[in-house]
Amino acid sequence: MTDTIRNRIREIIAEQAMLDVEQVTDDATPADLGIDSLGLVDSIFALEEEFDITIPFNANEPEKSEFDISSIGQIISAVEKLVAAKA
Amino acid sequence: MNAKKTKTEKSGAAKGRTEKIGPVAAPVMHKPRSGARRVVITGMGTVNALGLDVKTTLEAFREGRCGITQLDFRDVDRLAIQIGAQIHDWQPESWFNRQQILLYDKFTQFTLLAAKEAVEQSGLEFHGELGLCSGVVLGTAGGGLNTWDENYRVVYEEGKNRVHPFVVPKLMNNAAASHVSMEFGLRGPAFTVATACASSNHAMGQAFHMVRSGASRVMLTGGSEAMLCFGGVKAWEGLRVMSRDACRPFSANRNGMVQGEGAGVFVFEDYDHARARGADILAEVVGFAMSSDAQDIVMPSAQGAERAITGAMRDAGLNPDQLGYINAHGTGTAANDKTECAAVAHAFGHHADRLMMSSTKSMHGHIIGGTGAVELLACVMALRDGIIAPTINYEEPDPECALDVVPNEAREKKVDAVLSNAFAFGGLNAVIALRRA
Repeated sequence: MTDTIRNRIREIIAEQAMLDVEQVTDDATPADLGIDSLGLVDSIFALEEEFDITIPFNANEPEKSEFDISSIGQIISAVEKLVAAKA
Repeated sequence: MNAKKTKTEKSGAAKGRTEKIGPVAAPVMHKPRSGARRVVITGMGTVNALGLDVKTTLEAFREGRCGITQLDFRDVDRLAIQIGAQIHDWQPESWFNRQQILLYDKFTQFTLLAAKEAVEQSGLEFHGELGLCSGVVLGTAGGGLNTWDENYRVVYEEGKNRVHPFVVPKLMNNAAASHVSMEFGLRGPAFTVATACASSNHAMGQAFHMVRSGASRVMLTGGSEAMLCFGGVKAWEGLRVMSRDACRPFSANRNGMVQGEGAGVFVFEDYDHARARGADILAEVVGFAMSSDAQDIVMPSAQGAERAITGAMRDAGLNPDQLGYINAHGTGTAANDKTECAAVAHAFGHHADRLMMSSTKSMHGHIIGGTGAVELLACVMALRDGIIAPTINYEEPDPECALDVVPNEAREKKVDAVLSNAFAFGGLNAVIALRRA
């Protein structure tokens, strides 16, 4: 289950970044993958739609957001938590 | 005969403009370039969350009063954003009859009320020839957005297959400009400008150009927005740039913009015409410039903003050290405020430290396509009354916004010339310069 979620998140981010899934590594930041501010907001929307969750993210204060976007690994674990909280 | 006269005036203005291109010349106070006409403001009106007229709005500016409250409209409980500078208890029946309400979206209602106040103050009547050489140019981003929202609900949510016959004339972006032209008999140029958050500055710039060139003798100008409805706020939520608690421009703890609604309308008039009839001149419009970032659909560029700021000063024949106040775009987003401060700091050099720059959006919210018009009221107040409207909700200094933002309290200070900034999504910048009459 968790692997499925993890893979799906990486697929969504890969699609946004126009990269292969293998290139979306846990230690990469969105910026490393060439995802700009609009791309980030678009990715978050895609994740919300995919998992039917609400991601608390304000583009004005990403560092203060409860949703950690500092790396792909952090994004994955934050989404996993939100999905688990929903269940 | 009139046509001939107009033609001569136009060619004179064009000649004047050509001569002005080049490096910043020494300031030419009180003297227009040869051939160009001076443009003055002889009336102003507004409707916004701070008040339904200019007097109440300026009082709110002086008191640093905040018009941002809990939003109240249908389905608001389904929104993540619950605050806005909404005009509560808006009752169109107080101002318009049933037939008019059927045709006027809220953005048109706001505009007409503001226009009425402005025209009354100017004392103008557009009979005969004056009506033929007067017009209206207004800004709006969303036009009749409430009408779209209500009628989509009817067909999609309620499943009805019939809408009211006036939906199209009510929602079209030029509806407000057209109704203003009809209300006052303005039979010259009439149109609407849509450049998102810079719409009314772009509109006022066009009005300024038309009076300066002699194409029009009087232009009603400004803009309006009525986007505070479920669909309007839901759309903005998507971008994740909205604050959930307050609009705090330039403050280090700012966390986004807050939407407002309303209108601002001004009478821009040929100086000679205003003077000949003994009108009370509120301020002079002396310069305008626009630029495009040509870079990003939402992220602002300091270079683009700076080019509009320096362009407006050059157009006005003003040196940086003659400017005392800037009404900032100041949205309260992380990106705008630091970019705008960088642009101003670079454009003004050492004089940036002696300038005052405030964002009145902290009080009336971001009125999107009408915001520049409502903000120009603060510019006129600065010039006419020597009172600088504050940036309220300012709590923590931000090293990236290290200018005098007139925090929290209005200030008494005489200023001779001011700018009003507007920097829109899409990278479209428009800056207008006014001088004391």
